[in-house]
Amino acid sequence: MTTNDAAIAAQGLRKRYGQSYALDGLDLTVERGVVHGLLGPNGAGKTTAVRILSTLLSFDEGSARVAGHDVVAEADEVRRRIGLTGQYAAVDETLSGRQNLVMFGRLYHLSPRQAKRRADELLEQFALTDAADRSGRTYSGGMRRRLDLAASLILAPEVLFLDEPTTGLDPRSRNDVWDAVRSLVAGGTTVLLTTQYLEEADQLAGRISVIDTGRVVAEGTADELKARIGGDRIEVVVRDAEQLGAAAAVVARIGTAEPELDADTRRVSAPVADRMAALTDAVRELQAAGVAAEDIGLRRPTLDEAFLHLTGHQATATEETAA
Amino acid sequence: MSIALQQPPTLVAPPPARTPLARLRWALADGWVMTKRNLAHVVRAPEEVVIYFTLPIMFVLVFGYVFGSGMALPGGGDYREFLLPGVFAMTMLYGLGATATGIAFDVDRGVVDRFRSMPMARSALVVGRSGADIVRALLEMTTLVVCGLLVGWQWRNGIGDALIAVGLILLLRFAITWIGIYLGLVVPNPDTVGVIVFPAAFPLTALSNVFVAPELMPGWMGAVSEWNPLSSTVAASRELFGNPGFGGDSWAAQHSLLLAVAWPLLILAIFVPLSIRRYQNLSR
Repeated sequence: MTTNDAAIAAQGLRKRYGQSYALDGLDLTVERGVVHGLLGPNGAGKTTAVRILSTLLSFDEGSARVAGHDVVAEADEVRRRIGLTGQYAAVDETLSGRQNLVMFGRLYHLSPRQAKRRADELLEQFALTDAADRSGRTYSGGMRRRLDLAASLILAPEVLFLDEPTTGLDPRSRNDVWDAVRSLVAGGTTVLLTTQYLEEADQLAGRISVIDTGRVVAEGTADELKARIGGDRIEVVVRDAEQLGAAAAVVARIGTAEPELDADTRRVSAPVADRMAALTDAVRELQAAGVAAEDIGLRRPTLDEAFLHLTGHQATATEETAA
Repeated sequence: MSIALQQPPTLVAPPPARTPLARLRWALADGWVMTKRNLAHVVRAPEEVVIYFTLPIMFVLVFGYVFGSGMALPGGGDYREFLLPGVFAMTMLYGLGATATGIAFDVDRGVVDRFRSMPMARSALVVGRSGADIVRALLEMTTLVVCGLLVGWQWRNGIGDALIAVGLILLLRFAITWIGIYLGLVVPNPDTVGVIVFPAAFPLTALSNVFVAPELMPGWMGAVSEWNPLSSTVAASRELFGNPGFGGDSWAAQHSLLLAVAWPLLILAIFVPLSIRRYQNLSR
């Protein structure tokens, strides 16, 4: 794949604010027709990257092409091929949903009739028809985000930027947005999705770039990233928190690396080489040590653990806040 | 509920404008869409309209009757008739707040990001703001003139001169719109910008010929008042309406008509480029 065919091709992007770099040599290639996740903690540079790629922000070094056009020299060509949905619903909250979509359609230079028809279609598709003539101010968070997404799709963009599209949404609205993204990609749109929710990247993105302090620190499918920290893990949940230390000692003998402890959930885990041998050893040795286990199991590492491993620190938001 | 985007949309945007003429056409079309947007806000928020039109009416009634009953003009004539052109111009000045807040509100919210990520004319946001504010100013002027006529104000030099006077007042409003746009872009916080506008605008009305003759003020205050752009427009429109004025011997007072055109043009020459540059710098 040459960079000209790619939906997004960025090389060595640097963006400086004063003494610090928001982006520090970001390379990113996204092929067409996929969801690509940009995963990283707050302040990693995700939003800066999206703002540069969507022509909103200038940068100091590097180059970027989106949908085959240079984001600086051919900004207008890029703008008519992209859609953008940011962290805050970028709609006019005084106007009604319909007025918003017609206005944006007109600003894409659709004829008045085309703009009206497209607005009706999108209102229907995003289940906003009943609220179409109400002021955006009366919309719930989920409805506003749906309207925002609809506004990004007026022209069926080749590349859609979703910057933390589900931040602050309840689980149901979040699932609605995910459904919309999936069906868009089925229709051929390329999506660049930034998120700090590992689960979201896991659910939606075919490939994930892990970004930290302004550059990509790892890239691959969710499974590949998980595989980076080894294969299966054994996990023991003890009944009594006081026995966590004893359980950790057992797991340390079985595992291939230092066990990780989580006192809150009374959980201890470590990577293992041989699945079945590890499981039977664990059951036997825990019994011998007199540790009462509530649960013993084998599982694949979570993306959370992969993230911790790759960046050396926890993603700021965990699934708990995402849910 | 699940969102299914059944029919893949097939709309394609027209290619970007390449010739200067096509660019101009789009700039006008996009500016007009934004003007309609801002006017739709007025319709959508009727409580704002009430406030908007109450203020000018209050100005006429409060200043006309409170001050009007206690003030006598040095050159004779009815104080209320003298005051009204000043109230017209003052109302235009206070439109500054609405303009600045409107722009600041846009920049504060994500909606400007959406506009800037679209293939629309860069100028449309600011052009639409000033377009809508001129339409609002026209409605305000109509309200003011009707109120004025009801309290005994009138134009005495024929409709032609009266319309020129209204034109000068609207020209001032247009210039002030661009100060407001710049303010809204520099202080992109709707709450803050609303608060700073009043302390900025109030001295400008007090240090002018709206209420009191500049000759009656202490030295430097009088000079500031005479050269105040607001004074020039007020003095020129008093003359054109045939309403009593203070006259005055200074150059500024003698050439009020010239200054009533020159001041707004100067303000525009400064604030239009400043605003456009500031708007473009949002990408920094």
